Amino acid sequence: MAKLIFIGLGLGNEKGITLNGLETARSCDSAFMESYTSILEEGSVPKLEEMFGKKIHILDREGVETGMEVLEHAAREDVCFLVPGDAMSATTHVDMRLRAHALGIPTEIIGGVSAFTAIPAMLGLQNYKFGRTITVPIPEPNFNPTSFYERAHDNFKMGMHTLCLLDIQKDRGRFMTANQALEVLAIIEEDLQQDFMTPDRLVCVVARAGSEDCLAKAGYLKDMLKQDFGPPLHSIVIPGDLHFLEAKALVELAGAPAKILTEE
Amino acid sequence: MGRKEDNIKKAQALMNKPKQIRNLGICAHIDHGKTTLSDNLIAGAGMMSEELAGKQLLLDFDEQEQARGITINAANASMVHDYEGQEYLINLIDTPGHVDFGGDVTRAMRAVDGSIVLACAVEGVMPQTETVIRQSLKERVKPLLFINKVDRLINELEVTPEQMQARFIKIITEVNGLINKMVPAEFKKEWSLRVEEGSVAFGSAYHNWAISVPYMKESGITFKDIFEYCKQGKQKELAKKAPIHKILLDMAIDHHPNPLDAQKYRIPNIWHGDPESKIGKSMTDCNPNGPVAFMVTKIVLDPHAGEVAIGRLFSGTIKRGENLHILGMPNPNRTQQVSLSVGADRISVESICAGNIVAVTGLKDAIAGSTVSDDPEMEAFEKIVHYSEPVVTVAIEAKLMKDLPKLVEVLRSVAKADPSIQVEINQETGEHLMSGMGELHLEITEYRIKNEHKVEIKSSLPIVVYRESVDKLTPKEFEGKSPNKHNKFYITTEPLEENIIEFIKSGKVPSEGGRIKDARGLMMQMQELGMSKDEAKGIVAIFGPNLFIDMTKGIQNLHETMELCREGYIEVMKKGPLADERVMGVKVKLMDAKLHEDTIHRGPAQVIPAIRQGICGAMCLSGRVLLEPKQKVQISVPQDVMGAATREMQQRRSVIEDMTQEGDMVTIKSKAPVSEMFGFSNSIRSVTGGRAMWSTENCGFEKIPRELLDEVVGKIRTRKGLKAEPYDAAYYTS
Ligand SMILES: Nc1nc2c(ncn2[C@@H]2O[C@H](COP(=O)(O)OP(=O)(O)O)[C@@H](O)[C@H]2O)c(=O)[nH]1
Repeated sequence: MAKLIFIGLGLGNEKGITLNGLETARSCDSAFMESYTSILEEGSVPKLEEMFGKKIHILDREGVETGMEVLEHAAREDVCFLVPGDAMSATTHVDMRLRAHALGIPTEIIGGVSAFTAIPAMLGLQNYKFGRTITVPIPEPNFNPTSFYERAHDNFKMGMHTLCLLDIQKDRGRFMTANQALEVLAIIEEDLQQDFMTPDRLVCVVARAGSEDCLAKAGYLKDMLKQDFGPPLHSIVIPGDLHFLEAKALVELAGAPAKILTEE
Repeated sequence: MGRKEDNIKKAQALMNKPKQIRNLGICAHIDHGKTTLSDNLIAGAGMMSEELAGKQLLLDFDEQEQARGITINAANASMVHDYEGQEYLINLIDTPGHVDFGGDVTRAMRAVDGSIVLACAVEGVMPQTETVIRQSLKERVKPLLFINKVDRLINELEVTPEQMQARFIKIITEVNGLINKMVPAEFKKEWSLRVEEGSVAFGSAYHNWAISVPYMKESGITFKDIFEYCKQGKQKELAKKAPIHKILLDMAIDHHPNPLDAQKYRIPNIWHGDPESKIGKSMTDCNPNGPVAFMVTKIVLDPHAGEVAIGRLFSGTIKRGENLHILGMPNPNRTQQVSLSVGADRISVESICAGNIVAVTGLKDAIAGSTVSDDPEMEAFEKIVHYSEPVVTVAIEAKLMKDLPKLVEVLRSVAKADPSIQVEINQETGEHLMSGMGELHLEITEYRIKNEHKVEIKSSLPIVVYRESVDKLTPKEFEGKSPNKHNKFYITTEPLEENIIEFIKSGKVPSEGGRIKDARGLMMQMQELGMSKDEAKGIVAIFGPNLFIDMTKGIQNLHETMELCREGYIEVMKKGPLADERVMGVKVKLMDAKLHEDTIHRGPAQVIPAIRQGICGAMCLSGRVLLEPKQKVQISVPQDVMGAATREMQQRRSVIEDMTQEGDMVTIKSKAPVSEMFGFSNSIRSVTGGRAMWSTENCGFEKIPRELLDEVVGKIRTRKGLKAEPYDAAYYTS
């Protein structure tokens, strides 16, 4: 019986996949991969193809959104749908799964390591203290939203940390850097004057989580704006109230200024 | 010193005395004698040799105009006239006489304070006579009447003196009726024409004489005398006794307001800024020392000086070498030459002050309709409204590869000089679209591109421009989904109320590029027009005569996608779902929306298509209709060829609205689709043996008959390279 299996590829490169995922991908008839909600390091895809022993069809945004090709294959053979990170973190994937069910195609999920756990882990922050995740979009003509800032601020007021994912526009060859995102937040602060993303706010940047050259940095907004965090992907964390252990971890693991240990 | 040079001197001195200035325009139905009259006025005032006048057609200096003998461009000329021992400066603007150039007439009216409406004694009041009176009154420009070609009445039609007078009375009564119907209430009494007071004159522009009742009293000449002079071929003598320039310029000085008086009531009508502000006061006072407020009404292309901006200076003084702002443009322009015009000559001066008609070079960003000021923050003048929108289009290509870039530049400059020309540049295909008011309008513009701008072009046959609209309210809200399916917009469409369409077309709406400028003011105006408060409050954008209204309440995050909704709305208004034509008269309402929490899932790539799908789908369910441009056609023919003329009209899907008979002449009034009127002039000529007089006038868009809809839509779509059949609602669901 034909089916559709969602496989999380984990982070970094081809080595992030689970053994279960690898074996399943090998036994599938065809493989598709989405490449716009997240990406792997360059050169990972050919290696995955070698490991699976088959060609991987890369889908752009439209390909994933319409889902036609994937569903059409899955109606007659076993198809794996490869997703960098975890298999089900994006709304789009849930939508595809529901549409498969509507067509009578059974689905399975094989999870993968996700940025949602990897990023807090690198910084030494506690997962349960995070509030709603936000995404910072690249500003465009006629599109200057501020609601993500407000969500992060809501988290902050309740003492919770905020994970900020950054815009990926692979089709246009653009990846938002942490510096750009911090600047967007700082500009909104200037407009709204909420005393939130001020120059002295402690923020953290994680770059290339799961890769060998990954990096975790914490510091004041005004200093972090100027630093170069290297190639994509970047993410930001805005810490809320810090437990003393978390504060210590940020100093030790991410080079935060020691001053934060004595601050309230 | 010759008389001309002497007059130029005097003109320069009079420029600074607004009480002794009159700004006037002459307007008429085509062929009623406007150009002949203008020339004779200028010659009479000593600005041209008298022998040439009436033959040279000085104001028709455009090569093309001369070739066709019709006036296309409103040119201008200043002259000096002596009245009751006082000298006056008359700034005269000639307006185009062909209906296709209606946009130019409206703009010319903005520059003047008084108009002389010409009516031919033989033909009487024609459709365009009515149009020019309406345009004049709308701009608060006081009309006077000149009944021309009286010599023809006497010598060719051989009327009796009684019949002549009866005909005059008929024309005056008709014109007064029109004025009465359209005049602003405050001027109702003052602006009605009264023969005994001399606001009407009679005469022959060609033979250079005119007469008015006050002048009859003064000179002792009677109607009977005139009759005799004409009958006996002594019109030259009459012209000495009653020279046309004297009678008409006397009339203008006596009955037209000077700029000081006129600007008091004209400014509030054409400018909607704060009347108490410095610039507001300076304009109502016609103050030469105030800030510059210059309204460009025309751009002419001069072979030596380049683009010349001509218009009315309402406040301040324009000097040579001064920086002025063209409102809406980023950088100021420097004036090069400032001049007065005398026919085709421009007399350069150091400066010209408020109350005059001015020609300026160096304002390279100005277009006909621009507001120019030394204050970049000045509120612009009300847009000059065209009575008619473009109705025909041709596709234009450069013949030679090397001309490709030049053609784009030329088309832009053509549209700048004549805003009733719309161009759509297509860099990829090199096939550009040019739309205008009629076949002739486009032909002349093509001629100019070839001869003045020296670009060889190929053009397609003209095709008419269509509009899309809807029939009824969408029975149920239509759901427009974003490509990622995480956002949904619920939309209805319905026909927009007639009075609101009219209001939007009047140009009084504070909206620019679809954006609303004064939301509160707009809300009040809309409620006055009978719109519900909920709707009036929610207006987000106006594009073409179409509204986009947000009817939702309290939807989180919707405000930050509203700009994108507006973009999607404008895209559909520019290209409708039926045939990719502009949309007209549709009210689009956003009833509800469901948005994804994460901003990243509701960016431009998601929201714009979702709104587009929503509006297109809703329009499908509202019963899409196609509107086609219509023309009023008036034909006068001798009775024996009446049958041929009516048959000709009937073949052209026309509706005959009225038929009247006067003597042997029958006048047929009808309405026909522009698409059926191509080639009409040749056919009517041949079926009536050249004995028909006829005129046409655009009169807006109307629904295409149901039985033709599919065929016409199919043709338009095929021509545009689309699938012949338009998509249905189901297509816009996915
Ligand atoms: N007999 C006669 N012909 C006239 C008179 N005024 C103008 N015309 C002729 O009517 C035609 C149209 O005149 P023109 O000034 O070009 O009209 P426009 O289209 O209003 O500018 C020309 O052939 C003129 O010579 C007039 O008073 N008497």
